[in-house]
Amino acid sequence: MSVETMTHSSVHEAHQDHEHHDAGGSKVFGFWIYLMSDCILFACLFATYAVLTTGTAGGPTGKEIFELPYVLVETFCLLISSVTYGFAVLAMNQGNQAGVQRWLGITFLFGLAFIGMEINEFAHLIHEGYGPQRSGFLSGFFTLVGTHGLHVTAGLVWMLVLMVQIARKGLTARMNTRIMCLSLFWHFLDVVWICVFSIVYLLGVL
Amino acid sequence: MSHASHLPNDAAHGSVKSYVTGFILSVILTLIPFAVVMTGDLGHAAIIAIIVVTAIAQILVQLVYFLHMNTSSDGSWNLLSFVFTVLIIAIVVVGSLWIMYNLNVNMML
Repeated sequence: MSVETMTHSSVHEAHQDHEHHDAGGSKVFGFWIYLMSDCILFACLFATYAVLTTGTAGGPTGKEIFELPYVLVETFCLLISSVTYGFAVLAMNQGNQAGVQRWLGITFLFGLAFIGMEINEFAHLIHEGYGPQRSGFLSGFFTLVGTHGLHVTAGLVWMLVLMVQIARKGLTARMNTRIMCLSLFWHFLDVVWICVFSIVYLLGVL
Repeated sequence: MSHASHLPNDAAHGSVKSYVTGFILSVILTLIPFAVVMTGDLGHAAIIAIIVVTAIAQILVQLVYFLHMNTSSDGSWNLLSFVFTVLIIAIVVVGSLWIMYNLNVNMML
């Protein structure tokens, strides 16, 4: 299989006019492989949550603590931010630096709204005495949803850094590769969130 | 010719139309399960089926319209690694649930 890969990439390189195109391609593909490993991390957390979901230890069940209208708003914040990031990529394709910065800024604000709502939800639960130490179910819940929230936070920090870098260096080939990697990361987090709201919240209140 | 149009893996491709299509489909596939659960008119089995089907449909919509996954030769390694990951996820999730279910049954919990 490795021989095949080598052949494939050398043929691919021969077709490229400039070497940096292929380097950018390898980076984006490498980042994709990282995302696949991240998928497996989330799968483990989902499996843990599913196993622990009945272990409420006399504490609250999902039905008692989840508020679906609140989760729906969170979901829309993340979904809209996914599309606005797509518009940033389209602006990048046109070489429109101001457009990229504007859409990244809007994406950042929706991402921030999402994470703010999640922190508020967590703080509310912990204040009520339903923190992660209350039961196995809540441990699984906070670990799974919290890990997703940490990913979103990391994405927001990355987005800020990227915006500063673009402002300083412009839309260079290297910047475009970074924009594409963050694009994969951001859309990937929205895909994970589909699983979170379906499995944790919707199935949790049944 | 701008550099961006040469970006790899088809990830840089896509258009306003594809993003808007993906967005509208995602909105519909989000609202359906929330509406079904919040009104609660249907039976349990039907609600669970709707949640699972709309979730899988929305994941596919986002993979195609947002992450631009496809079967072209450029994207084939992305697709192959993704399919392998889905296999590992299935083993981890189904295996965990199966083992813990049997454990609970045998421990008479």
